[in-house]
Amino acid sequence: MATSTTTVPDAGPSTGSRSFLARLSSGDEIARIITFIFAATVVLITVLLVLQLWHDSTLSRHKFGLNFFLTRVWDPITEEFGALPFIYGTLVTAGVALLLAVPLGLGAAIFLAELAPQKISDALQFFIDLLAAVPSVIYGLLGIFIVVPIMRQHVQPALKSTLGFLPLFSGPAFGVGFLTAGIVLAIMVIPYIISVSREVLLSVPRDQREAALALGSTRWESTWKVVVPFARSGIMGSIFLALARALGETMAVTMVIGNTPTISPSLLSPGYSIASVIANDLPEASGVYLQALVELGLVLFLFTFILNGLARLLLVLTTQKGSGMGHV
Amino acid sequence: MKTRLRWRKLVSHFMLGLTGVCALVAVSVLFFILGFLVYHGSTSINWNFFTKLPAPVGETGGGMANAIVGSAKLLLLASIFGVPIGFLGGIYMAEFSNSSIAFVVRYAADLLNGVPSIVIGIFAYALAVLPFKHFSTWAGAFALGVMMIPITLRSTEEFLHAVPRALREGSMALGASKWRTIMSVVVPAAYRGTMTAILLALARVAGETAPLLFTALGNRYWSPGFNQPTASLPAMIYSYALSPYDDWHRQAWAAGLVLLALILIVNIFARAILSRGGTILR
Repeated sequence: MATSTTTVPDAGPSTGSRSFLARLSSGDEIARIITFIFAATVVLITVLLVLQLWHDSTLSRHKFGLNFFLTRVWDPITEEFGALPFIYGTLVTAGVALLLAVPLGLGAAIFLAELAPQKISDALQFFIDLLAAVPSVIYGLLGIFIVVPIMRQHVQPALKSTLGFLPLFSGPAFGVGFLTAGIVLAIMVIPYIISVSREVLLSVPRDQREAALALGSTRWESTWKVVVPFARSGIMGSIFLALARALGETMAVTMVIGNTPTISPSLLSPGYSIASVIANDLPEASGVYLQALVELGLVLFLFTFILNGLARLLLVLTTQKGSGMGHV
Repeated sequence: MKTRLRWRKLVSHFMLGLTGVCALVAVSVLFFILGFLVYHGSTSINWNFFTKLPAPVGETGGGMANAIVGSAKLLLLASIFGVPIGFLGGIYMAEFSNSSIAFVVRYAADLLNGVPSIVIGIFAYALAVLPFKHFSTWAGAFALGVMMIPITLRSTEEFLHAVPRALREGSMALGASKWRTIMSVVVPAAYRGTMTAILLALARVAGETAPLLFTALGNRYWSPGFNQPTASLPAMIYSYALSPYDDWHRQAWAAGLVLLALILIVNIFARAILSRGGTILR
């Protein structure tokens, strides 16, 4: 695309140094160089970010090696750092979030793409877009004052009395913890799943639906057995995007997870996440402690890097243009 | 056979109805959020909230004037840093680059866009706080600016690409240089789209808290200039919500209401710009 437009002004016999001078005097070459510098700045910043994370975690990486990911002692005084509880907390909360958000988000996306008339679909999508713009600290605010009390007084006691025999729902109900953080995260990522899945579903060719209906399937059967499988990889892409968001989310999780480095099978137990420990401890940290936190940042970066890459790949596979991610 | 068909139709209606419920639940979250914010926050919004400094611990009253001004300063600086890089970079991508350079820049921008905001915070902390040994408005604005770059760049590129080629060729045929064509034909044609994108980028970083926690930090007083720690609305909401005082909780709700109202208004306004006169784009 880019090349086709750039060839236009160069058309003609004049090439070489004369045209370079000509372009320089008309300002084209100067403009090209200046805008190139700005574009290169973007690459530079990205490279700098990766290098900084890598360089500033050297001490920690060398001292702890793989044990960093396998041990659970986090002690700034003895300078022993094992990140297992944080990684565990991050993965568990993100897992809970996806478990809740995927069915709901996919259901809503199906409604918006397949059932709702154009106008209603657009109107609802507008609200979904606004929802995606709500800052995470607002979710945290509602989490801490609305969701946590409801969890402590109603949901968690109910879970304990019905499913309390499972280790998943054992232990005291604090209100804060993995489950609460997972629920708040789920609410946060649902808009992303809906927006991207809706676009993917809308890109499924019409004949697919018509063929299924012509064969005598009901509306739901054509949707669930034909349209959704057709869009499968794009929907997976939207889920990966949501997962990347959930893993990197800081404020809302920090406010409702309890900030206690525990590894417990119980979802009711308070926990800690990678992003939360960085947010809480970084300003006071120095030396190896700081480097261990930066290494956690590096881990977070790698998680989201891989997931975003996979998501983009899957979305490009289904929509070809990869436009499903625009303006998220 | 007949009962089977009836069953299948029943399932179809039930499941499709269920998807409608999902959509309803998802959208209703927005109204729950707004409702709670208005319910808990509107009582604390008064003249003092916008004009007074935070009250000392133990006293009730006071406001968040410093946080509102602080947020405005952070956003202004962040835009001055982030928008030109994103915008001019986007022009390069759409008008000058060859495909291999475009791929690298696009890849870097998408990568940067996906980086969790807390990691951007670490980056800004290492680059703009540690070397100077103090928190500052500069550092916070740098973090927010970095977050604005990829959004601005990718949108600018996309909207410039959407400008029809005939416009460019028409301008060139009149003898205009390429740069002249870009500045007086292509960029104005994509004006609405890029404005929308910049406004949306601004709205997005306006609510960011994580990158500010250890760059701009926070401040209970005015912070003149750009060299001192500064308060911001999101960071204020965070620290007030976690505080043990009821009065601070009320103020956190009020600040949440103000912040969300501003962000939603900018969002609606930006989308209105795009949809109103979108003859060329979309």
